[in-house]
Amino acid sequence: MSTHRRINVAKIGDVTVVKFLDKKILDEANIQELGLELFSLIEHDNRKSILLNFSDVEFLSSAALGKLITLDRKVKASKGRLKMSNIRPEIFEVFQITKLNKVFDIRNDESEAVAAF
Amino acid sequence: MDHHSPLNDAAKKSAGNELGSWQREIDLPSERGASRIVMDDLLEQLGIHGWSPSDIFSIHLAAEEAIVNAIIHGNKLDPSKKVHVSCLISVDLARIEVTDEGSGFDPGSVPDCTLADRLEMPGGRGVMLMRTFMTRLEYSDRGNRVLMEKQRTSE
Repeated sequence: MSTHRRINVAKIGDVTVVKFLDKKILDEANIQELGLELFSLIEHDNRKSILLNFSDVEFLSSAALGKLITLDRKVKASKGRLKMSNIRPEIFEVFQITKLNKVFDIRNDESEAVAAF
Repeated sequence: MDHHSPLNDAAKKSAGNELGSWQREIDLPSERGASRIVMDDLLEQLGIHGWSPSDIFSIHLAAEEAIVNAIIHGNKLDPSKKVHVSCLISVDLARIEVTDEGSGFDPGSVPDCTLADRLEMPGGRGVMLMRTFMTRLEYSDRGNRVLMEKQRTSE
C-alpha cells in the first residue's frame, strides 16, 4: 500500500474516500505533491469510484483547482467516477465563480455522495 | 514626531490601531511559498479590525493569487527580483498592492475560464477570483502592478 503525505485514503464499500491532510491547500510544492497522490489513485491503484471529502479544508487556491480539473479528466478517461462532498460555503463559492460546480459532481455530505455512486 | 523614522514595528502597529488602520510595506523574494511572510500578519490584522470570516477568506484568496502570479508569472522565480507588497487595513477597507519586476501582461488577454470549451482547462481562474472577491481590481498600464480593494460587506 502506498503512503500518502497530503491525503488520507479509506474505503466505504467500493468507494475510495479521500480526505485532505492540509487545512489550507495553497503551497505550490504541496499542491504538486497532492496532485501526484491523487493521480496515483487512478493510474497505479486503478480506483474507479473516488469521493473527495473536503470537510477539513478551509482554504484552497486556483492552483489546487487546476489539480482537481486534471483529476476529473483522468477519472473520466479511465471510465471511473469522481464526486466531492462536505465543501464549506466559501469554497463552494469559489467553485461557483469559476463554474466548476457544473463540471464536478458535488454532494452535501459523505453519505449522500457514497449513496450516489 | 517623525513618521518616517523606522520606529520599531510594535510602536508603529499600536499607533496604527488607535488610528483605525494598519499599514505594511514589504519586499518578498521570488520563491514559491513567499506569500506566507506577509499573509499571517495580514490575516491577523483583518481579524483585529473586525472583518468577517467570509470577507477574510475573500481577501486571503485574492492576495494569495496576486502574490503567486507576481512571483511565478511576473518575476518567473528570478532570485534577483523582488515582489513589493503594500497593505492597508482599516475597519471598512482593505487595500493591497502587489508589484513585480517582470515585463507585465495584458489582463484583457487572460482567457475567460468559464466559457464552455475552456471550463476544464487550467489558467485564468486566479484573476477571475480576484475580480469577483474584491470590490476594485486595477492593473497598471504595463500590467506588473495590481491594486486591489475590498470594502467591508455590510452585515
